[in-house]
Formats: sequence, structure tokens, C-alpha cells
Amino acid sequence: MNWVVKTLTSTLGRKLIMALTGAFLSLFLVVHLIGNLQLLKDDGGMAFNIYADFMGHNPLIQTVSILNFTFIILHIITSVILTRLNNKARPVSYAYDGKSSAWSSRNMGILGTVILIFLVVHLSNFWGKSKLTTFEAGSYVPYVTYGEATMQNLYDVVAISFQEWWLVALYVVSMIGLAFHLSHGFISMFQTLGLNHSKYNFVIKIVGYEFAILVPAMFAAIPVFMFLNLQGGLLYLFAGIGVLALVVGAMVSNGHKQQLAV
Amino acid sequence: MNLTLKIWRQKNNKEKGKMVTYKVQDISDDMSFLEMMDVLNEELLKKGEEPVAFDHDCREGICGMCSMYINGHPHGPERTTTCQLHMRSFKDGDTITIEPWRAKGFPVVKDLVVDRSAFDRIIQAGGFVSVNTGVSVDANEIPIAKDVASEAMDAATCIGCGACVAACKNASAMLFVSAKISHLGLLPQGKTEKNRRVQRMIAQMDAEEFGACTNTGACAAECPKSISLVNIARMNREYFAAKVASEA
Ligand code: FES
Repeated sequence: MNWVVKTLTSTLGRKLIMALTGAFLSLFLVVHLIGNLQLLKDDGGMAFNIYADFMGHNPLIQTVSILNFTFIILHIITSVILTRLNNKARPVSYAYDGKSSAWSSRNMGILGTVILIFLVVHLSNFWGKSKLTTFEAGSYVPYVTYGEATMQNLYDVVAISFQEWWLVALYVVSMIGLAFHLSHGFISMFQTLGLNHSKYNFVIKIVGYEFAILVPAMFAAIPVFMFLNLQGGLLYLFAGIGVLALVVGAMVSNGHKQQLAV
Repeated sequence: MNLTLKIWRQKNNKEKGKMVTYKVQDISDDMSFLEMMDVLNEELLKKGEEPVAFDHDCREGICGMCSMYINGHPHGPERTTTCQLHMRSFKDGDTITIEPWRAKGFPVVKDLVVDRSAFDRIIQAGGFVSVNTGVSVDANEIPIAKDVASEAMDAATCIGCGACVAACKNASAMLFVSAKISHLGLLPQGKTEKNRRVQRMIAQMDAEEFGACTNTGACAAECPKSISLVNIARMNREYFAAKVASEA
């Protein structure tokens, strides 16, 4: 076996794969979120449609999206392999298990499964429909013309979907799952990469928790706002997120101080 | 005080074990946990029953031999070794569940005794400094900065008891291995072999079938010597750097 394969199939190497793919997927979340926020613009969906059309046709974005799917699959496969190995490492379990770690850190698999189920629903709802729609058939997604350009009116598909309360509820619940997944995963990524230093740990912690809470909160807000017909609610969203960011920041720094005091 | 004990009994590695319930009476607050076990064993002997086998040696918290999983925590509710745990941490009428360390890498020998020679094999793989010991050098001849020395000493307080493995949901040995790698690799005498050491010790750790770390932090929370997760991060760094850049 050559050294690359050997390294990547060691326990540490597999952790490295989890961390690096996780880092990429976290980055993807940010890009995806920024694009999606245009759904809340009060322009009948024009900004969002132009953005979606660009994302669907730009060759660079298309390449990155293939990478994205590959990393999602790699993240899942590696986690399954790791979980199986880790279960084998303790063949007999304890009769009385005291648990001395955070719930989310012990249940990343359950949280990941929630996200996976969400992904299947989410992708078949929007991405799949858009990909299967051809100009001639026009069966799934209607078309719209802005000036010269004709494109799929994905905004309509989204807006109609988010009139269903159960779908909105599914999105909110999934985003809560994502928040817990990130609350362990994001900070954990730094530890795996060996970035644990008393000078920077506070920054990692603050960024980690802010990311884990604010990103899913903004994602969840989109279907909720659209369900309540609060288009043009971007301002309210940002105000709410600002307050939430302050609360999270205060809680994390308070917890950090207490930890140092011990 | 009077206590109910639920203890894992297992004749040997081949046979299946089970939890057995015992009662002990008139236990004093000042007894150590192991003294309480001694009281139980004396009573069992009087009754002609097999005493409970458990590991212990120094009973001073320095050798790392004692190893009981008490009420869901390695070494019980306090952050210390089982031998340094006192009965004042319990109250009259308590039920205490006592199990051996549970890990593929630590097979049960008998009752609460597990075979921890996997740790010895990990040390043999690279947890040493190979020097030709000629004439001993003068003290302080090799300058070592105080903060580096302190960090190495902190890591060196690991007594190799295996509580980290016992606490980890993945039965991972990374806190132990990283403590050894840090304590040797931080000091100038150990630095020269650090690339080889980290690769060999981790290869051995994997071969012993300990699990992979998922950064839950249970190990550091339970370690009787407060070994920190910083060591695991350092081990990760050294491992990846050694794999990517070193000749060895
Ligand atoms: S018996 Fe030596 S540390 Fe407990």
C-alpha cells in the first residue's frame, strides 16, 4: 500500500477526511445561503431566478457542484466506516453508562441522518425538478422572461412549495438538526486538523457556535417567511439574526470564562 | 453505611460474565473504594466464595493499575483514581455498579481485571527515546524553556490507566497515545525521533483495534490526571506532518 492510502485509511486519516469534507460542506452552506436570501427580496422572484439560472449554467459552478456531491458522499461513507469500526472497538457495552460528553457529539450519526433525509426531499423537490425540466416539455417548472432572457421560474416552484405547512415544518426541524450537527462538527474540525491553541480557542468557539446557530436559523427563516407571506422581510431577518448573534456570543463567552475559572 | 454492589463477574476470558449483586455493611466514610472491595472479598472468602478479582498496586494514585468503571464513570464519580476514591463520595443505601473497562483492546482476564498489554505494545512501537547512555551529562546542560518543560510534564503525568479508553464511546486510545507522543516529542532528547514515533505508535494503536476519536471530549473529562485534548491536536498535527514530509 502506498503512503497516501495508508494515511487516509488510518484512524487519524479517516478523521481528516471527515474534517476536510466537512469544511468544504460548511463553506457550501454559506454560498447556498447567500443565494437563497434573494428569495426574500420583494421583486416577484426576479433576483432569485437570475441567480438560479446563473448557478445552473456556469461551468465553474457546475464543476464545484460535482465536487460538492462527491464530498457529501465521501463524508457519509467515511462516517459509516468509522462508526462501524468504533462500534467494534467496544464489543460489550456498559450496563451503566454515565455519559460525560455533549449529546450532539455522541449522536452525529442520528443528526447526519436527519440531514440526509432532508437532502433527499429537498433535492428532489427543487434541484431534481429543475434538472428534469426541458424547454419543450416544460412539465415541472414554468418559464419566465426578463427582457431578453428566458429562464426557469424556480421562484414560483419554491413559493408554491412553501405554502404547505408540513414542508415548512420539515425544513425547520431539519435545520435544528443541522444546527446541532454543526455545533459539534464545526469546532471539532479544528481539533482534528490539530488547531487547538489557547490563544485562538476562544475565536474558534465563538465562530463555531455563531456559525452553527445563525446559518441554520437563516435557512429556516426563508420557508417560514415565505409561508407567512412576509416577502421583502430581509430587513427583519437581519435584525433578528443580529440579536440572535449577540445572544449566542454572550452565552459562549460567558461559558468560556467560567471554563477558564475552573 | 450499608451498600448494594452490582459487580461484573466473569471466570475467565472464554466464559460469559454477568452482573452479581452483593451487600456490604458498616462501611466507613474514610475507607478508600478498594478497602471497601477488600471488606467484600473477606466476607466472600469467609463464606467460601470466590473473591472479586481487581487490579491494584500502589493505592496512591500513581501507578495506574486500579481500573474500575463505577456508576458509569471510569474511577467513579470523582476525578481521581479508584484507589484514591473514598467512600464519602457515596451515601448510605446507595447501589453501586462496578464494571471492568470495556474495549476490544482490553480483553477481560477475570472479573474486573482487564489485559492492558496493548498499551505496552504501543509504547514498544515508539514510545521511547533511543540514546546511547554514556557518561551522564550535567544537569541543565541541555536548555529547555520552562513552558515547554511544563507542557511535557503535564503530558507525562499520564499513568496509563486506560480510563480514557474506558470513557470514550469509541473506546479510542488517542488521549493516552497523544500524551506519550507529547511528553517525549516536546523535549529535545525525544524530538529527533518524533516523526518515526508518531507514525509507529499510531499504526500500533490501530492494530490493537482501538476506535477513532470523534472529539467528544469524554476522555479528558474523565482522566484522573487531567490530560488535555490539546495533546490529541498536537498528535494529529505531528502525524499529518510526518506522513506528508518525513523520509522515515
Ligand atoms: S492502585 Fe496505583 S493508581 Fe490506583
